[in-house]
Amino acid sequence: MNDDRIRDLVIIGGGPAGLAAGIYAARARLDTLLIEKLGQGGQILLTDWIENYPGFPDGVSGFELADLFGKQATKFGLEILNGEVLGLKLEGKTKIIDLGNQSIRCKSIIIATGASPSRLGVEGEDSFTGKGVSFCATCDGPFYREKVVAVVGGGNSAVEEALFLTKFASKVYIIHRRDELRATKILQERAFNNPKIEIIWDTVVVKIEGDNAGVNNLKIKNVKTEEISDLSVDGVFIFVGTIPNTGYVPEEIERNSRGFLITNENMETSVPGIFAAGDVRAKLLRQIVTAVGDGATAAFAAELYIQNEYHS
Amino acid sequence: MGEEKVLEVSDSNFATEVLESNIPVLVDFWAAWCGPCRAIAPVVAELAEEYKDKIKVFKCNVDENPRTPAEYGIRAIPTLILFKDGKVAHQITGAVSKNQIVEVIDKFV
Repeated sequence: MNDDRIRDLVIIGGGPAGLAAGIYAARARLDTLLIEKLGQGGQILLTDWIENYPGFPDGVSGFELADLFGKQATKFGLEILNGEVLGLKLEGKTKIIDLGNQSIRCKSIIIATGASPSRLGVEGEDSFTGKGVSFCATCDGPFYREKVVAVVGGGNSAVEEALFLTKFASKVYIIHRRDELRATKILQERAFNNPKIEIIWDTVVVKIEGDNAGVNNLKIKNVKTEEISDLSVDGVFIFVGTIPNTGYVPEEIERNSRGFLITNENMETSVPGIFAAGDVRAKLLRQIVTAVGDGATAAFAAELYIQNEYHS
Repeated sequence: MGEEKVLEVSDSNFATEVLESNIPVLVDFWAAWCGPCRAIAPVVAELAEEYKDKIKVFKCNVDENPRTPAEYGIRAIPTLILFKDGKVAHQITGAVSKNQIVEVIDKFV
């Protein structure tokens, strides 16, 4: 099916940035379509409990917040399509989105496909994924009741997930390559005060080992002494940053050295009419609260772009 | 949206519904507390509809049915397993895209 209709705006990605953009675009009465390959919510669905999103003094679950965002967007008439974008191309000013079985034409695009967990890149990581190697504590934590697990990383996600895992595991090691955590102070305080958590400083994982039943050992290396030792664990949870989901984004859209899309403060990428919002963008702080701000700005900037390019 | 169309399989009928099936069976191991399981549910429902008569599609709740996931060494969800002739033909861990699942199914139908 190839529609001749040219939409005002297509938002790619249904996480906080995309849904916030959708709320603003729908209220601006732009002819908008949001495309999401899975269910709505993005990475918030990986989060057990969100304590730092304003308006929820007692916190809110990732599920509930995702539902609320979705409800609010569809209430104003945002149209949502389940599909996976395979590529984008330009035909003059018109942008064409390739969905495999159909293509969609539009005047502007907001890229809001977020980021996925980075891998460590060590031996055993791929072969034991789902068998002791995990990238989602809220998904897999309950399989580790009374077991020993390690969390790799020292940022907010790593420490939050380590704290979450103490609900199930008997012991949680945090393996961090530096001698201090990057996580926000309140999370550090909780980790230091939790008797189940032990932090192994200045250390990296060099190999993940196991047998048919799954992971049973980590080879770890102290980066200061170069000493290699064994750490017996039943599982390892990896939170060492993210990589942007940009496989379908054409080369001409500028990226930084880590692959995140470069925008100005109005969320404009290097290609006019294509905007980026949320975790996919090169930015200082990747949080729900900054993603929704990006989404709103991108929708407003897209509206201005359409006015200037098509109606003047 | 369509999620309820996917039938649940349990520890007690897993052998008859899945292992003894004469067509391939896709089982979505999930739990209520797992966000990505929720994210992938509409995709699994679409596949159940699109591959009707070619494969059977079931959901298996790992909280209510501890035996089956343990038997297949499942320690992460969502896990999708495609069974053919009573054996594991392919296993996918995590909330992957529909295209990735379609690629796997098409190899076995």
